[in-house]
Amino acid sequence: MKGYRKYFGKKILWFFLTLFIAFILNFTLPRLMPADPVANIMSRTARGVQDAAVTKAMHESYVKAFGLDQPLIKQFITYVKNALTGDFGLSFSQYPRKVNDIVSSAILWTIGLQMPAIIVGWLIGNILGALAAYIRKGFDKLLMPLSLFLSCVPAFGMAVILLGIFAVKLKVAPIAGGYGYDLIPTFSWTFVKSLIAHYQLPFWSIVIISIGGQAIGMRSMSIYELNADYVKYSRFLGVKDRKIVGYVFRNAMLPQVTGLALSLGTMVGGALVAEVIFSYPGLGSIILDAVTASDYPLLSATTLIITIMVLVATFVIDIIYGFIDPRVKAAQFD
Amino acid sequence: MKNTIRQIFHSPKFVAGFSIFVIILIILFVYPLINPGDPLQMIGLSSFSKPGTYVSVYDAIDTEKAIMKLPNADEKRLQNKLSDEDRIAMKEWLLATGTPEEEIDITDTDHLLKLWKDKYDPSIKPKGMTMAKRNYYKRLNTNLEKALDANEVVIATRNTEDGTLDETKTVKDTEYVNTKDVVNSIYLPLGTDNFGRDVLKELVSAAKTSLRIGLIAGSIATLIGLTFGLLAGYLGGFIDDFIMFITNLFTVIPGFILLILISYGIGQEQRGATTVAIVIGVTSWTWTARSVRSQVISLRNRDHVNLSKLSGHSLARIILTDILPYIASYVVMALILQISTAILAEAQLSMIGLGPKTTEVPTLGLMMNWSMLYSAHTHGYWWAYFPVLLIIALISFSLNLMNTGLDQVFNPTLRD
Repeated sequence: MKGYRKYFGKKILWFFLTLFIAFILNFTLPRLMPADPVANIMSRTARGVQDAAVTKAMHESYVKAFGLDQPLIKQFITYVKNALTGDFGLSFSQYPRKVNDIVSSAILWTIGLQMPAIIVGWLIGNILGALAAYIRKGFDKLLMPLSLFLSCVPAFGMAVILLGIFAVKLKVAPIAGGYGYDLIPTFSWTFVKSLIAHYQLPFWSIVIISIGGQAIGMRSMSIYELNADYVKYSRFLGVKDRKIVGYVFRNAMLPQVTGLALSLGTMVGGALVAEVIFSYPGLGSIILDAVTASDYPLLSATTLIITIMVLVATFVIDIIYGFIDPRVKAAQFD
Repeated sequence: MKNTIRQIFHSPKFVAGFSIFVIILIILFVYPLINPGDPLQMIGLSSFSKPGTYVSVYDAIDTEKAIMKLPNADEKRLQNKLSDEDRIAMKEWLLATGTPEEEIDITDTDHLLKLWKDKYDPSIKPKGMTMAKRNYYKRLNTNLEKALDANEVVIATRNTEDGTLDETKTVKDTEYVNTKDVVNSIYLPLGTDNFGRDVLKELVSAAKTSLRIGLIAGSIATLIGLTFGLLAGYLGGFIDDFIMFITNLFTVIPGFILLILISYGIGQEQRGATTVAIVIGVTSWTWTARSVRSQVISLRNRDHVNLSKLSGHSLARIILTDILPYIASYVVMALILQISTAILAEAQLSMIGLGPKTTEVPTLGLMMNWSMLYSAHTHGYWWAYFPVLLIIALISFSLNLMNTGLDQVFNPTLRD
């Protein structure tokens, strides 16, 4: 068990360390902005106020309310404390709504859309890549350039194309949103049906995009493994082809698991923009709203949550990897 | 060196990618010479004009006419006048008055009109049809009759003194003008965008800017990655640990999020194309550093490196002459990939409104952003966004293809 404990201990330590750094980055980067942070909200609230003394007082009260008069370290501690208890303050653009209320519902939409889509895309991509490496010939000749091209279409591009074909031209799918505008989220049959109908296009656009890159990676890994000495040796020994393919697939799969952990950030970024295209009620659309309305608290909370989500997902993949990689398993006998 | 280049150009994948890329480059540089002018000039006052040739209606009246009798000219004219709604309405009437459904084909204009002439009778009052609807059919019928009879349009000018209309010209349905003879005409191969700008001209300029962003960002990312990778891999020890710590950190924290935070921090005013490129470069070097490091580690203990060390060569010289040449092919491949990811990153960033400042230069991402903001995609104005996507995909595809080709040349295990 020692090997496992060491592996997991290292991963957990690493997880908290990155989390801490993520907090720092999320806190400091926007504060590097040269402009006055209160200026934005002032321009909204102090509209029409003529008296200079009044605006100055307003400005001071805002600086106090946002805690900007305190030292940076103290601000950071308050920020982390509030973030950990789930309090992200008030939204500028949708004042007086709390950032919490806006973001919390969006998280579910984003996870519900992206997690299945990325997993399905990853699985299909790996299977296709392995098949291409094993069959070669026609299948490979067709699949390779196609997946290469698909992986070059940005996620939002695929979203726009699917939207143009299926929603605008063929009218078989709804154009925007997570469910019909005429519905209220309940567990009724019509709502679920509308939910599924709205789910299709965003889902498949993310799946198709991730297939391409994964298939290419898996193909080269499988080819590499198929040329490895152990495969040749097994062939000499007369091991059945099916069994060899099993070994090869497993060995090629392992780097793909780490590959998923490493590319997760990029994939999520692409998928967020795809959400924007479909006006899917997830975090991507919220980022767009926050940017256009220069609503800083909302943007900050959203980016922090996405970072945490990616960190957690990477952590989970690392843990799973520890269980399936025989080398980590072997380490426990050391 | 010569041999390597020959080998590279024997790889079909590399050659294919290279040709696509060069063709795109040639178009990008030649097109502005053929069609000069400001790419951001708003030539149209209406937004999203369809692709095609636009001739001035005003000038066409005075242009020399040719008399022609084209086959099916009348039919085409009618077809154009009959909207889909009218056709469906006509079908409704025909159904209501007892024509069997299989006889009606609303796509066949000739047949439909014949049926209509036979069956329509304003005195019939189909059951359940409102007065308004019956009046609509009456109007439709008179319109159709007019369209069939009229073969002359009168052009009149207003008399400045008493405001009466004076007939100056009649236009017959057999008159044609040569589009080349019309003084004012413009050919818009990709129509106009939401601001009424020539999409093709804008696209060419945007692709150039995006390539420049890609090149700057890619070079910066590769340079940082290369330096870090070389230092970490060759020096090892504490420096290695430290650099790898930072690298791992920025691998897990999504680069896209960093990009959003930094771009937002910079603010709209300061964000030019070059600034965005630098930001992209600074946030995307991690995997280059990672792979350069692992390559350097495998090189570090080779005999020729040890020999150099024993000869007392300086660190810079060992890295430049004994290590860099061995990973040069790899670095070129990394650079190519970085350029293509940077172009995508710019596009994604612009899509959420954090792209370069909008007034100076178009970029591919900004063009996408504008067409999405004005809902070109939901209205089916494909010319405003599809060519942009195609160019992004083609540039990225050609670069990736080159990269795969190079990979197969330098990694014999991957060869087909």
